[in-house]
Amino acid sequence: MATVEQGVDQGKEAKEYTGSEILLRCLIEEGVEVAFGYPGGAVLPIYDSLYSSRLKHLLARHEQGAIHAADGYARATGKAGVVIATSGPGATNLVTGIANAQMDSIPLVCITGNVAQHLIGTDAFQEADITGITMPITKHSYLVTDVRDLPRVIKEAFHIATTGRPGPVLIDIPKDVSNAKATYSYPDSVSIRGYQPHADPHPLQVQRLHQAIAEASQPVILAGGGVVTSGAEEELIAFAEKAGIPVTTTLMGLGGFPGQHPLWLGMPGMHGTYAANHALLETDLLIGVGARFDDRVTMGRLDKFATGAKIVHIDIDPAEIGKNLDAYIPLVGDVKKVLATAIPGLRRSSSEAWIKQLEKWKQEKPYSFKDAEDTLKPQWVIRHLHETTKGKAVVTTDVGQHQMWVAQYFPFARPRSFITSGGLGTMGFGFPAALGAQVACPDEVVISVTGDGGFQMTNQELAVAAMANIPVKVAIINNHCLGMVRQWQEVFYQERYSEVDLSGSPDFVRLSEAYGVKAWRAKTKQEASDAWREALDHPGPAVIDFWVTPEENVYPMVAPGTGLDEMIMGDEAE
Amino acid sequence: MRHVISVLVNDQPRVLARVANLLGRRNFNIESISVGESEEEGLSRMVIVTQGDERTMEQIQKQLHKLVDVIKVQDLSEYASVERELLLVKVGAAPATRMEIKGIVEPFRAAVVDVGPNSMMVQATGERAKLDALLELLRPYGIKEMARTGVTALPRSVNKAAATTS
Ligand SMILES: Cc1ncc(C[n+]2csc(CCOP(=O)(O)OP(=O)(O)O)c2C)c(N)n1
Repeated sequence: MATVEQGVDQGKEAKEYTGSEILLRCLIEEGVEVAFGYPGGAVLPIYDSLYSSRLKHLLARHEQGAIHAADGYARATGKAGVVIATSGPGATNLVTGIANAQMDSIPLVCITGNVAQHLIGTDAFQEADITGITMPITKHSYLVTDVRDLPRVIKEAFHIATTGRPGPVLIDIPKDVSNAKATYSYPDSVSIRGYQPHADPHPLQVQRLHQAIAEASQPVILAGGGVVTSGAEEELIAFAEKAGIPVTTTLMGLGGFPGQHPLWLGMPGMHGTYAANHALLETDLLIGVGARFDDRVTMGRLDKFATGAKIVHIDIDPAEIGKNLDAYIPLVGDVKKVLATAIPGLRRSSSEAWIKQLEKWKQEKPYSFKDAEDTLKPQWVIRHLHETTKGKAVVTTDVGQHQMWVAQYFPFARPRSFITSGGLGTMGFGFPAALGAQVACPDEVVISVTGDGGFQMTNQELAVAAMANIPVKVAIINNHCLGMVRQWQEVFYQERYSEVDLSGSPDFVRLSEAYGVKAWRAKTKQEASDAWREALDHPGPAVIDFWVTPEENVYPMVAPGTGLDEMIMGDEAE
Repeated sequence: MRHVISVLVNDQPRVLARVANLLGRRNFNIESISVGESEEEGLSRMVIVTQGDERTMEQIQKQLHKLVDVIKVQDLSEYASVERELLLVKVGAAPATRMEIKGIVEPFRAAVVDVGPNSMMVQATGERAKLDALLELLRPYGIKEMARTGVTALPRSVNKAAATTS
């Protein structure tokens, strides 16, 4: 039988598929489990092929929601998130999400439809030059002009998105390419001449690192998102413990080093801990590990940042080294590989007195706030979320005060458990990102901590939570204003509160219920803990509208343009 | 300091846009960019003239390398190299002054490539400074139209010694 069939097969011409069928086959071949998206004219062929494909698709209510969900999925798993949007307005609605992923080095494959090639450049209906528009915010992009290129392009796109320093890759597919036919075969390997990420460290630089550590007495590790990206948490712990070096983790690095570890100093920078910031001021050896010395950490005041320190910079992206800060020891490579290579030859630094000093600061000047019995303090709510889940949750945030309070009062124990928009600071990111994270991790508790401002930027995605029964718990830290802006106006603009009042917002409980999502409101601690318990027990999506005191500020704070030595401390930490 | 950077790129649509976009976005200052075919099929050579200190140059090179379509980046200032630019200039030239202009053009090994009733077109190649000098001499006759290509360049074949002495 087999031989007869073979004969028949050989006799026939190889089967042809349309571009859109090929696309979906390639996605399945790449191991894509779910795509987030929104249809439209230019992607009709793709959505038609999707109809009979086994690829799971979640229909967002706005392309921005779709791409943030794909981003949340990618952050929770480390795999590339996939988003599909139509040409023109669909594609331009992705722009914020693409920039967001680029700034935080998140692997995304963004598939956009475009008008047929004979219409490109004619200002046709729903035409936008999305490859041009997104050029500065993608790691790479493709405009596919021949259906036969599709498999190679998709293979390359996933490779580029997920390797080296990850990032978003855009594939723009004109409608005629989706409709055109070709035979299908998926390439096994990729070779891109101009793209050769450099993963292994230079042995000489590793030796110099050993030497520098042996000579240091006040070393500190600044660990960033690169630790999470490369999955280097175990290596980082082993490295820090063996060498006796305390660790501070940037916002993107939170969870990359356990928040309960005795060597952890907390987050540095604008809203960082006293101990972390003073460690950075006084260190004699600063080891940047997958961190880019961003201005929220250095305050852009390099003249006041680690001035007495030798700088070691470990990063997979050579362009990060020397971009903001000159490195005494540049170490280009994958963070996990670099640390693993460095650990065996590592000797302990003479850091006992230094660690004691930092420990003292940690004890004396922790994050603190004035709690109250009769009102609900936002910091209390975050601490409560941590206590009740014992930290076993994936938490996403939006941008603003609540984001900083999560960073401060929810000590993350494991990587990929904190999902936040660090680089771009995108309001509206957190809730859809939580949906993506929950799809990726169905057995985890996923909490979307958001502001009453940020939630209103993408709250239409409640429909997705309801429709697909995604059991995300949304904790709105509702201070009835644009809290972080209000704080800046209070501190830097003489309390001239310009356009930060959010009265006129909907009743979030009724809004959620309108979408078929269960919701609670809490104005006191008792109500808060009751509502939270019920929400956790509820098997589906849930929204809790926590009415917190509006005048609370995030402390400590370092004003922009000042150095880390000029921290404004909070109420109780003076 | 002035630097001439040679960049080998995939001969792809938009690759010039990608490079120009990158340089603009990162606030690097560009004097000229020229692109054309290279010795290898499928690759173009882009020559970028820019100003900057050592740190800026290092960033420019590293950032260029991040582009997937960039194959190789070379700062030609580190080598002995040949730099050339092409100039076409139309100068006012009544019949009476034609000989005079020819006399100016000759020592520059430039050529008159077109003549009209009241103007002449001069073509010159050379280093930027030489073309600037020629232009200064032609200016009094009235420059009607002008086009320059921007610099293109290649390292010299015998280079090691030059690189160390420079
Ligand atoms: C899309 C977008 N627009 C504007 C901003 C500027 N911004 C930063 S924080 C903030 C206020 C956020 O208010 P809210 O969401 O209520 O959170 P809160 O600070 O009160 O916790 C604003 C407007 C932003 N980060 N993103």
